[in-house]
Amino acid sequence: MDTLRRQEFVKVVKDFTSMASIYLSDDVEAAIRDIAARENIPMARTMYDCILQDLSLAREMKRPICQDTGVIQYFADVGTGFPYLDDIGEVLRDAAVAATLETPLRPNVVEPLGEHNTGNNAGYGAPYIEYDLVPGSTDLRLRMYMAGGGCSLPGRSKVLMPLEGVKGIKDFVYRTIVDWGVNACPPLCIGIGLGTCAATSAMLSKKALLRPIGTHSEYPEVAKLEDELKEGLNSLGIAPLGFGGSNSVLSVNIEAAAHHPATLGVGITTGCWATRKGEIVIHKDLSYEIISHAHALENC
Amino acid sequence: MKKILTTPISYDQIKDLRIGDTVYLTGTLATCRDSGHRRVVQDKRMPERTDLREGAIFHAGPIVGKDADGKQYMVSIGPTTSRRMEMAEADFIEQTGIRLVIGKGGMMDKTAEACRKFGAIHCAFPGGCAVVAAQEVEEITDVEWMDFGMPEAFWVMKVKEFGPLVVSIDTEGNNLFENNKKIYEERLKKL
Repeated sequence: MDTLRRQEFVKVVKDFTSMASIYLSDDVEAAIRDIAARENIPMARTMYDCILQDLSLAREMKRPICQDTGVIQYFADVGTGFPYLDDIGEVLRDAAVAATLETPLRPNVVEPLGEHNTGNNAGYGAPYIEYDLVPGSTDLRLRMYMAGGGCSLPGRSKVLMPLEGVKGIKDFVYRTIVDWGVNACPPLCIGIGLGTCAATSAMLSKKALLRPIGTHSEYPEVAKLEDELKEGLNSLGIAPLGFGGSNSVLSVNIEAAAHHPATLGVGITTGCWATRKGEIVIHKDLSYEIISHAHALENC
Repeated sequence: MKKILTTPISYDQIKDLRIGDTVYLTGTLATCRDSGHRRVVQDKRMPERTDLREGAIFHAGPIVGKDADGKQYMVSIGPTTSRRMEMAEADFIEQTGIRLVIGKGGMMDKTAEACRKFGAIHCAFPGGCAVVAAQEVEEITDVEWMDFGMPEAFWVMKVKEFGPLVVSIDTEGNNLFENNKKIYEERLKKL
Protein backbone atom coordinates (compact mmCIF):
# COMPACT_ATOMS: atom_id res chain seq x y z
CA MET A 1 0.00 0.00 0.00
CA ASP A 2 1.54 3.33 -0.94
CA THR A 3 2.33 5.95 1.70
CA LEU A 4 -0.48 8.34 0.85
CA ARG A 5 -3.12 5.60 0.84
CA ARG A 6 -1.78 4.31 4.12
CA GLN A 7 -1.94 7.77 5.71
CA GLU A 8 -5.51 8.13 4.51
CA PHE A 9 -6.44 4.73 5.94
CA VAL A 10 -4.87 5.63 9.32
CA LYS A 11 -6.68 8.98 9.36
CA VAL A 12 -10.09 7.40 8.72
CA VAL A 13 -9.66 5.00 11.66
CA LYS A 14 -8.04 7.63 13.89
CA ASP A 15 -10.88 10.13 13.35
CA PHE A 16 -13.46 7.39 13.89
CA THR A 17 -11.78 6.30 17.16
CA SER A 18 -11.46 9.85 18.42
CA MET A 19 -15.07 10.67 17.50
CA ALA A 20 -16.37 7.71 19.52
CA SER A 21 -14.66 9.06 22.66
CA ILE A 22 -16.52 12.39 22.34
CA TYR A 23 -20.00 11.35 21.13
CA LEU A 24 -22.06 8.41 22.30
CA SER A 25 -23.32 6.07 19.60
CA ASP A 26 -26.92 6.78 18.60
CA ASP A 27 -28.34 3.74 20.42
CA VAL A 28 -26.60 4.46 23.74
CA GLU A 29 -27.46 8.16 23.57
CA ALA A 30 -31.14 7.42 22.93
CA ALA A 31 -31.22 4.85 25.74
CA ILE A 32 -29.65 7.15 28.35
CA ARG A 33 -31.98 10.03 27.42
CA ASP A 34 -34.97 7.73 27.61
CA ILE A 35 -34.06 6.30 31.03
CA ALA A 36 -33.30 9.80 32.38
CA ALA A 37 -36.68 11.09 31.19
CA ARG A 38 -38.47 8.26 33.02
CA GLU A 39 -36.72 8.84 36.39
CA ASN A 40 -38.61 10.50 39.25
CA ILE A 41 -36.46 9.99 42.36
CA PRO A 42 -34.80 13.35 43.22
CA MET A 43 -31.22 12.12 43.89
CA ALA A 44 -31.36 10.01 40.73
CA ARG A 45 -32.61 12.97 38.71
CA THR A 46 -29.66 15.06 39.95
CA MET A 47 -27.29 12.38 38.69
CA TYR A 48 -28.99 12.13 35.29
CA ASP A 49 -28.86 15.93 34.98
CA CYS A 50 -25.11 15.75 35.57
CA ILE A 51 -24.76 12.97 32.98
CA LEU A 52 -26.72 14.91 30.33
CA GLN A 53 -24.73 18.06 31.10
CA ASP A 54 -21.53 16.06 30.66
CA LEU A 55 -22.70 14.83 27.23
CA SER A 56 -23.43 18.41 26.12
CA LEU A 57 -20.10 19.75 27.39
CA ALA A 58 -18.17 16.92 25.73
CA ARG A 59 -19.89 17.66 22.43
CA GLU A 60 -19.42 21.41 22.74
CA MET A 61 -15.76 21.27 23.81
CA LYS A 62 -14.83 18.19 21.74
CA ARG A 63 -13.50 16.39 24.77
CA PRO A 64 -13.75 12.74 25.82
CA ILE A 65 -17.04 12.18 27.69
CA CYS A 66 -15.17 10.25 30.38
CA GLN A 67 -11.49 10.49 31.32
CA ASP A 68 -11.22 6.72 31.19
CA THR A 69 -11.02 6.19 27.46
CA GLY A 70 -10.17 2.59 28.14
CA VAL A 71 -7.99 0.15 26.31
CA ILE A 72 -8.92 0.34 22.65
CA GLN A 73 -10.30 -2.82 21.08
CA TYR A 74 -11.02 -3.35 17.39
CA PHE A 75 -13.20 -6.10 15.97
CA ALA A 76 -12.54 -6.33 12.28
CA ASP A 77 -14.88 -8.19 9.91
CA VAL A 78 -12.58 -8.31 6.92
CA GLY A 79 -13.92 -8.92 3.45
CA THR A 80 -11.68 -11.39 1.66
CA GLY A 81 -11.68 -8.95 -1.27
CA PHE A 82 -10.56 -5.96 0.83
CA PRO A 83 -7.31 -4.87 -0.85
CA TYR A 84 -5.22 -3.98 2.24
CA LEU A 85 -5.24 -7.19 4.27
CA ASP A 86 -1.51 -7.00 4.92
CA ASP A 87 -1.79 -3.52 6.40
CA ILE A 88 -4.84 -3.66 8.67
CA GLY A 89 -3.03 -4.61 11.89
CA GLU A 90 -0.42 -1.89 11.69
CA VAL A 91 -2.91 0.71 10.50
CA LEU A 92 -5.21 0.05 13.47
CA ARG A 93 -2.30 0.30 15.86
CA ASP A 94 -1.07 3.56 14.33
CA ALA A 95 -4.62 4.94 14.39
CA ALA A 96 -5.03 4.12 18.09
CA VAL A 97 -1.75 5.87 18.91
CA ALA A 98 -2.61 8.92 16.79
CA ALA A 99 -6.10 9.18 18.34
CA THR A 100 -4.52 8.96 21.80
CA LEU A 101 -2.09 11.79 21.17
CA GLU A 102 -4.38 14.07 19.17
CA THR A 103 -7.77 13.86 20.95
CA PRO A 104 -6.17 13.43 23.56
CA LEU A 105 -7.23 10.10 25.06
CA ARG A 106 -5.83 8.92 28.35
CA PRO A 107 -2.75 6.77 27.90
CA ASN A 108 -3.93 3.74 29.88
CA VAL A 109 -1.85 0.88 28.61
CA VAL A 110 0.69 -0.47 31.09
CA GLU A 111 3.07 -3.35 30.55
CA PRO A 112 2.19 -6.71 32.14
CA LEU A 113 2.93 -6.71 35.90
CA GLY A 114 5.70 -4.12 35.53
CA GLU A 115 2.92 -1.49 35.30
CA HIS A 116 5.11 0.82 33.21
CA ASN A 117 2.82 3.10 31.17
CA THR A 118 3.72 3.02 27.49
CA GLY A 119 2.34 6.56 27.09
CA ASN A 120 0.45 5.99 23.83
CA ASN A 121 -2.02 3.15 24.38
CA ALA A 122 0.04 0.71 22.33
CA GLY A 123 1.83 -2.29 23.73
CA TYR A 124 1.98 -6.01 23.26
CA GLY A 125 -1.61 -6.99 22.45
CA ALA A 126 -2.80 -3.37 22.64
CA PRO A 127 -4.82 -2.14 20.93
CA TYR A 128 -6.58 -5.49 21.02
CA ILE A 129 -7.54 -6.67 17.53
CA GLU A 130 -9.81 -9.56 16.58
CA TYR A 131 -10.44 -10.60 12.99
CA ASP A 132 -13.29 -12.38 11.25
CA LEU A 133 -13.29 -13.19 7.56
CA VAL A 134 -16.24 -12.21 5.37
CA PRO A 135 -16.20 -14.18 2.11
CA GLY A 136 -17.23 -12.34 -1.02
CA SER A 137 -16.96 -8.84 0.48
CA THR A 138 -14.54 -6.06 -0.45
CA ASP A 139 -15.31 -4.03 2.70
CA LEU A 140 -13.74 -3.77 6.13
CA ARG A 141 -16.43 -3.56 8.80
CA LEU A 142 -14.77 -2.30 11.94
CA ARG A 143 -16.27 -2.16 15.40
CA MET A 144 -14.39 -0.32 18.10
CA TYR A 145 -14.82 -0.49 21.86
CA MET A 146 -13.10 1.44 24.62
CA ALA A 147 -12.79 -0.98 27.52
CA GLY A 148 -12.82 1.21 30.62
CA GLY A 149 -11.50 0.01 33.98
CA GLY A 150 -14.59 0.39 36.15
CA CYS A 151 -16.97 -1.20 33.69
CA SER A 152 -14.57 -4.06 32.91
CA LEU A 153 -14.29 -5.09 36.58
CA PRO A 154 -17.62 -6.98 36.78
CA GLY A 155 -16.74 -9.12 33.77
CA ARG A 156 -16.68 -12.85 34.42
CA SER A 157 -17.41 -16.18 32.90
CA LYS A 158 -18.47 -19.47 34.40
CA VAL A 159 -19.49 -22.91 33.23
CA LEU A 160 -22.74 -24.06 34.82
CA MET A 161 -24.25 -27.51 34.95
CA PRO A 162 -26.94 -27.79 32.27
CA LEU A 163 -29.52 -28.71 34.93
CA GLU A 164 -29.01 -25.28 36.50
CA GLY A 165 -30.68 -23.97 33.36
CA VAL A 166 -32.18 -20.54 32.91
CA LYS A 167 -32.43 -20.02 36.66
CA GLY A 168 -28.69 -20.65 37.00
CA ILE A 169 -27.98 -18.08 34.31
CA LYS A 170 -30.23 -15.51 35.97
CA ASP A 171 -28.74 -16.07 39.42
CA PHE A 172 -25.21 -15.68 38.02
CA VAL A 173 -26.09 -12.43 36.25
CA TYR A 174 -28.02 -10.92 39.19
CA ARG A 175 -25.31 -11.84 41.69
CA THR A 176 -22.61 -10.32 39.49
CA ILE A 177 -24.51 -7.05 39.12
CA VAL A 178 -25.45 -6.73 42.81
CA ASP A 179 -21.82 -7.34 43.82
CA TRP A 180 -20.06 -5.32 41.12
CA GLY A 181 -22.56 -3.25 39.14
CA VAL A 182 -22.58 -0.20 41.40
CA ASN A 183 -18.97 0.70 40.59
CA ALA A 184 -19.31 0.10 36.87
CA CYS A 185 -21.26 3.38 36.39
CA PRO A 186 -24.84 2.19 35.88
CA PRO A 187 -27.24 2.29 34.08
CA LEU A 188 -25.28 -0.48 32.40
CA CYS A 189 -25.21 -2.07 28.99
CA ILE A 190 -25.10 -5.82 29.61
CA GLY A 191 -23.65 -8.32 27.17
CA ILE A 192 -24.17 -12.01 27.90
CA GLY A 193 -22.67 -14.94 26.05
CA LEU A 194 -23.91 -18.51 26.21
CA GLY A 195 -21.52 -21.15 24.94
CA THR A 196 -19.63 -24.32 25.74
CA CYS A 197 -16.67 -23.12 27.78
CA ALA A 198 -15.61 -20.10 29.80
CA ALA A 199 -13.57 -18.62 26.94
CA THR A 200 -16.18 -18.80 24.18
CA SER A 201 -18.94 -17.60 26.51
CA ALA A 202 -16.80 -14.59 27.41
CA MET A 203 -16.10 -13.80 23.74
CA LEU A 204 -19.77 -14.07 22.87
CA SER A 205 -20.65 -11.72 25.73
CA LYS A 206 -18.44 -9.04 24.17
CA LYS A 207 -20.13 -9.55 20.80
CA ALA A 208 -23.48 -9.20 22.56
CA LEU A 209 -22.40 -5.92 24.15
CA LEU A 210 -21.38 -4.56 20.74
CA ARG A 211 -24.74 -5.41 19.17
CA PRO A 212 -26.95 -2.32 18.93
CA ILE A 213 -29.36 -1.67 21.80
CA GLY A 214 -32.91 -2.65 20.90
CA THR A 215 -31.95 -5.62 18.73
CA HIS A 216 -32.84 -9.11 19.88
CA SER A 217 -31.36 -12.57 19.58
CA GLU A 218 -32.73 -14.48 16.60
CA TYR A 219 -33.60 -17.41 18.92
CA PRO A 220 -37.02 -16.67 20.46
CA GLU A 221 -36.16 -18.32 23.78
CA VAL A 222 -32.94 -16.33 24.06
CA ALA A 223 -34.76 -13.12 23.13
CA LYS A 224 -37.28 -13.86 25.90
CA LEU A 225 -34.42 -14.30 28.37
CA GLU A 226 -33.03 -10.91 27.29
CA ASP A 227 -36.33 -9.27 28.26
CA GLU A 228 -36.65 -11.20 31.52
CA LEU A 229 -33.12 -10.35 32.61
CA LYS A 230 -33.65 -6.70 31.73
CA GLU A 231 -36.81 -6.59 33.83
CA GLY A 232 -35.17 -8.43 36.72
CA LEU A 233 -32.06 -6.26 36.73
CA ASN A 234 -34.15 -3.09 36.53
CA SER A 235 -36.13 -4.16 39.58
CA LEU A 236 -32.85 -4.01 41.59
CA GLY A 237 -32.79 -0.23 40.97
CA ILE A 238 -29.01 0.32 41.25
CA ALA A 239 -28.84 3.14 38.68
CA PRO A 240 -27.83 5.84 38.36
CA LEU A 241 -24.29 5.27 39.62
CA GLY A 242 -25.30 3.08 42.54
CA PHE A 243 -27.14 5.90 44.30
CA GLY A 244 -30.38 4.05 43.62
CA GLY A 245 -33.21 4.81 41.25
CA SER A 246 -35.96 3.21 39.25
CA ASN A 247 -33.76 1.16 36.88
CA SER A 248 -30.37 -0.51 36.51
CA VAL A 249 -29.64 -1.16 32.86
CA LEU A 250 -29.83 0.39 29.41
CA SER A 251 -29.85 -2.96 27.67
CA VAL A 252 -29.41 -6.71 27.95
CA ASN A 253 -28.13 -8.41 24.81
CA ILE A 254 -27.39 -12.12 24.59
CA GLU A 255 -25.35 -13.94 21.97
CA ALA A 256 -25.88 -17.68 22.18
CA ALA A 257 -24.07 -20.46 20.37
CA ALA A 258 -24.88 -24.13 19.99
CA HIS A 259 -23.00 -25.85 22.80
CA HIS A 260 -21.90 -29.10 24.41
CA PRO A 261 -24.83 -30.90 26.07
CA ALA A 262 -22.84 -31.35 29.28
CA THR A 263 -22.03 -27.67 29.80
CA LEU A 264 -23.82 -24.35 30.04
CA GLY A 265 -21.19 -21.64 29.76
CA VAL A 266 -22.24 -18.10 30.62
CA GLY A 267 -20.14 -14.98 30.25
CA ILE A 268 -20.97 -11.41 31.19
CA THR A 269 -19.45 -8.17 29.95
CA THR A 270 -20.68 -4.83 31.23
CA GLY A 271 -20.52 -1.39 29.66
CA CYS A 272 -21.09 1.82 31.63
CA TRP A 273 -23.72 4.50 30.92
CA ALA A 274 -21.07 6.02 28.67
CA THR A 275 -20.42 2.83 26.72
CA ARG A 276 -18.19 4.07 23.94
CA LYS A 277 -18.40 1.92 20.86
CA GLY A 278 -18.55 2.54 17.17
CA GLU A 279 -19.08 0.81 13.86
CA ILE A 280 -17.69 1.92 10.53
CA VAL A 281 -17.65 0.31 7.09
CA ILE A 282 -14.57 1.13 5.04
CA HIS A 283 -14.75 0.36 1.34
CA LYS A 284 -11.93 -0.76 -0.90
CA ASP A 285 -11.40 2.82 -2.15
CA LEU A 286 -11.24 3.95 1.54
CA SER A 287 -14.52 5.81 1.34
CA TYR A 288 -16.54 4.96 4.45
CA GLU A 289 -19.82 5.10 6.33
CA ILE A 290 -20.08 5.52 10.08
CA ILE A 291 -22.99 3.28 11.04
CA SER A 292 -23.09 3.82 14.78
CA HIS A 293 -23.11 7.63 14.96
CA ALA A 294 -25.22 8.76 12.00
CA HIS A 295 -27.50 10.88 14.18
CA ALA A 296 -24.71 12.17 16.48
CA LEU A 297 -22.73 13.43 13.50
CA GLU A 298 -25.72 15.14 11.87
CA ASN A 299 -25.93 17.53 14.79
CA CYS A 300 -22.28 18.43 15.26
CA MET B 1 -28.24 26.88 48.92
CA LYS B 2 -25.02 25.08 48.04
CA LYS B 3 -23.04 23.75 50.98
CA ILE B 4 -19.39 24.49 50.17
CA LEU B 5 -16.35 23.04 51.93
CA THR B 6 -13.08 24.96 51.69
CA THR B 7 -9.55 23.70 52.25
CA PRO B 8 -8.05 23.45 54.80
CA ILE B 9 -11.13 21.53 55.94
CA SER B 10 -11.67 21.84 59.69
CA TYR B 11 -13.49 19.10 61.56
CA ASP B 12 -16.29 21.61 62.21
CA GLN B 13 -16.98 21.90 58.47
CA ILE B 14 -17.79 18.20 58.13
CA LYS B 15 -18.90 16.93 61.52
CA ASP B 16 -22.63 17.51 60.97
CA LEU B 17 -22.76 16.25 57.39
CA ARG B 18 -24.68 13.01 57.01
CA ILE B 19 -24.80 10.38 54.28
CA GLY B 20 -26.88 11.49 51.31
CA ASP B 21 -26.05 15.20 51.81
CA THR B 22 -24.69 17.01 48.77
CA VAL B 23 -21.67 19.34 49.10
CA TYR B 24 -19.13 21.12 46.88
CA LEU B 25 -15.42 21.80 47.39
CA THR B 26 -13.44 24.99 46.84
CA GLY B 27 -9.67 25.09 47.32
CA THR B 28 -6.92 22.53 46.76
CA LEU B 29 -7.62 19.00 45.55
CA ALA B 30 -5.03 16.33 44.67
CA THR B 31 -5.53 13.13 42.68
CA CYS B 32 -4.32 9.96 44.33
CA ARG B 33 -5.20 6.42 43.34
CA ASP B 34 -3.69 2.92 43.44
CA SER B 35 0.02 3.71 43.02
CA GLY B 36 -0.15 6.88 45.14
CA HIS B 37 -1.76 4.97 48.00
CA ARG B 38 0.89 2.28 47.74
CA ARG B 39 3.62 4.93 47.92
CA VAL B 40 2.18 6.68 50.98
CA VAL B 41 1.03 3.64 52.95
CA GLN B 42 3.55 0.94 52.01
CA ASP B 43 6.61 2.98 51.09
CA LYS B 44 5.91 5.66 53.76
CA ARG B 45 6.60 8.46 51.31
CA MET B 46 4.59 11.68 51.40
CA PRO B 47 4.21 14.11 48.50
CA GLU B 48 7.09 16.56 48.79
CA ARG B 49 5.38 19.87 48.10
CA THR B 50 1.75 19.38 49.14
CA ASP B 51 0.67 19.09 52.75
CA LEU B 52 -2.38 16.85 52.91
CA ARG B 53 -3.34 17.69 56.53
CA GLU B 54 -6.99 18.84 56.52
CA GLY B 55 -6.84 18.41 52.77
CA ALA B 56 -8.79 16.52 50.10
CA ILE B 57 -7.88 13.78 47.64
CA PHE B 58 -9.67 12.60 44.53
CA HIS B 59 -9.57 8.98 43.37
CA ALA B 60 -9.08 9.92 39.73
CA GLY B 61 -6.73 9.57 36.80
CA PRO B 62 -7.17 12.53 34.48
CA ILE B 63 -6.52 13.30 30.85
CA VAL B 64 -4.19 16.31 30.95
CA GLY B 65 -3.69 18.52 27.90
CA LYS B 66 -1.35 21.39 27.08
CA ASP B 67 -2.69 24.73 25.87
CA ALA B 68 -1.05 26.97 23.24
CA ASP B 69 1.28 28.45 25.89
CA GLY B 70 2.39 25.01 27.01
CA LYS B 71 0.44 25.21 30.27
CA GLN B 72 -1.16 21.99 31.42
CA TYR B 73 -4.93 21.83 31.92
CA MET B 74 -7.57 19.26 32.79
CA VAL B 75 -9.26 17.87 29.69
CA SER B 76 -11.38 15.21 31.43
CA ILE B 77 -11.24 14.15 35.06
CA GLY B 78 -13.90 11.88 36.53
CA PRO B 79 -13.69 9.62 39.57
CA THR B 80 -12.36 6.09 39.62
CA THR B 81 -13.64 3.16 41.72
CA SER B 82 -12.90 4.00 45.36
CA ARG B 83 -13.28 0.41 46.50
CA ARG B 84 -9.90 -0.42 44.93
CA MET B 85 -8.26 1.78 47.57
CA GLU B 86 -10.09 0.14 50.50
CA MET B 87 -7.01 -1.86 51.53
CA ALA B 88 -4.99 1.32 52.05
CA GLU B 89 -7.41 4.15 52.77
CA ALA B 90 -7.70 3.83 56.56
CA ASP B 91 -3.91 4.01 56.94
CA PHE B 92 -3.79 6.81 54.37
CA ILE B 93 -6.30 8.88 56.36
CA GLU B 94 -4.40 8.27 59.59
CA GLN B 95 -0.98 9.05 58.14
CA THR B 96 -1.91 12.13 56.10
CA GLY B 97 -4.68 13.69 58.19
CA ILE B 98 -6.94 14.31 55.17
CA ARG B 99 -10.58 15.15 55.83
CA LEU B 100 -12.16 14.47 52.46
CA VAL B 101 -11.83 11.52 50.11
CA ILE B 102 -13.67 11.86 46.80
CA GLY B 103 -14.25 8.95 44.46
CA LYS B 104 -16.73 6.72 42.73
CA GLY B 105 -19.09 4.33 44.49
CA GLY B 106 -18.55 3.60 48.14
CA MET B 107 -15.87 2.25 50.44
CA MET B 108 -16.10 -0.36 53.13
CA ASP B 109 -15.92 -0.97 56.88
CA LYS B 110 -12.25 -0.22 57.47
CA THR B 111 -12.50 3.18 55.77
CA ALA B 112 -15.79 3.96 57.53
CA GLU B 113 -14.14 3.23 60.87
CA ALA B 114 -11.17 5.48 59.99
CA CYS B 115 -13.58 8.28 59.01
CA ARG B 116 -15.26 8.00 62.40
CA LYS B 117 -12.01 7.79 64.33
CA PHE B 118 -10.01 10.49 62.56
CA GLY B 119 -12.81 12.85 61.48
CA ALA B 120 -13.01 12.43 57.72
CA ILE B 121 -15.69 11.78 55.11
CA HIS B 122 -15.92 9.99 51.78
CA CYS B 123 -17.96 11.56 48.99
CA ALA B 124 -18.97 10.20 45.60
CA PHE B 125 -18.79 12.31 42.47
CA PRO B 126 -21.06 11.06 39.64
CA GLY B 127 -18.97 8.58 37.66
CA GLY B 128 -18.19 9.35 34.05
CA CYS B 129 -19.07 13.05 34.29
CA ALA B 130 -15.49 13.97 33.52
CA VAL B 131 -15.98 17.11 31.43
CA VAL B 132 -18.27 18.56 34.11
CA ALA B 133 -15.51 17.93 36.65
CA ALA B 134 -12.80 19.41 34.41
CA GLN B 135 -14.86 22.60 34.13
CA GLU B 136 -14.71 22.95 37.91
CA VAL B 137 -10.89 22.81 37.95
CA GLU B 138 -9.48 26.33 37.74
CA GLU B 139 -5.88 25.29 37.21
CA ILE B 140 -3.29 22.60 37.70
CA THR B 141 -0.84 23.97 40.27
CA ASP B 142 1.61 21.10 40.63
CA VAL B 143 2.32 17.48 39.79
CA GLU B 144 4.43 14.89 41.57
CA TRP B 145 5.14 11.23 40.91
CA MET B 146 5.06 11.43 37.14
CA ASP B 147 7.05 8.17 37.21
CA PHE B 148 3.64 6.47 37.56
CA GLY B 149 2.42 7.89 34.23
CA MET B 150 -0.43 10.33 33.62
CA PRO B 151 -3.36 8.43 35.21
CA GLU B 152 -1.56 7.55 38.44
CA ALA B 153 0.48 10.72 39.03
CA PHE B 154 -0.28 13.06 41.98
CA TRP B 155 -1.94 16.06 40.28
CA VAL B 156 -2.59 19.11 42.46
CA MET B 157 -5.40 21.43 41.36
CA LYS B 158 -7.24 24.53 42.39
CA VAL B 159 -10.97 23.79 42.24
CA LYS B 160 -14.06 25.92 42.55
CA GLU B 161 -17.38 24.52 43.74
CA PHE B 162 -16.26 21.07 42.72
CA GLY B 163 -19.23 18.70 42.77
CA PRO B 164 -21.90 17.51 43.24
CA LEU B 165 -20.29 15.45 45.99
CA VAL B 166 -22.69 13.09 47.76
CA VAL B 167 -21.57 12.12 51.26
CA SER B 168 -21.22 8.35 51.21
CA ILE B 169 -19.41 7.88 54.55
CA ASP B 170 -19.87 10.46 57.31
CA THR B 171 -17.96 11.23 60.52
CA GLU B 172 -20.17 8.80 62.45
CA GLY B 173 -19.08 6.03 60.11
CA ASN B 174 -22.50 5.67 58.42
CA ASN B 175 -22.14 4.18 54.97
CA LEU B 176 -24.57 5.06 52.15
CA PHE B 177 -23.48 2.47 49.59
CA GLU B 178 -23.32 -0.36 52.14
CA ASN B 179 -26.88 0.59 53.19
CA ASN B 180 -27.95 0.62 49.54
CA LYS B 181 -26.32 -2.79 49.04
CA LYS B 182 -28.64 -4.23 51.72
CA ILE B 183 -31.63 -2.84 49.80
CA TYR B 184 -30.38 -4.41 46.55
CA GLU B 185 -29.87 -7.75 48.37
CA GLU B 186 -33.46 -7.63 49.66
CA ARG B 187 -34.78 -6.95 46.15
CA LEU B 188 -32.61 -9.77 44.80
CA LYS B 189 -34.33 -12.23 47.15
CA LYS B 190 -37.62 -11.49 45.38
CA LEU B 191 -36.26 -12.49 41.98
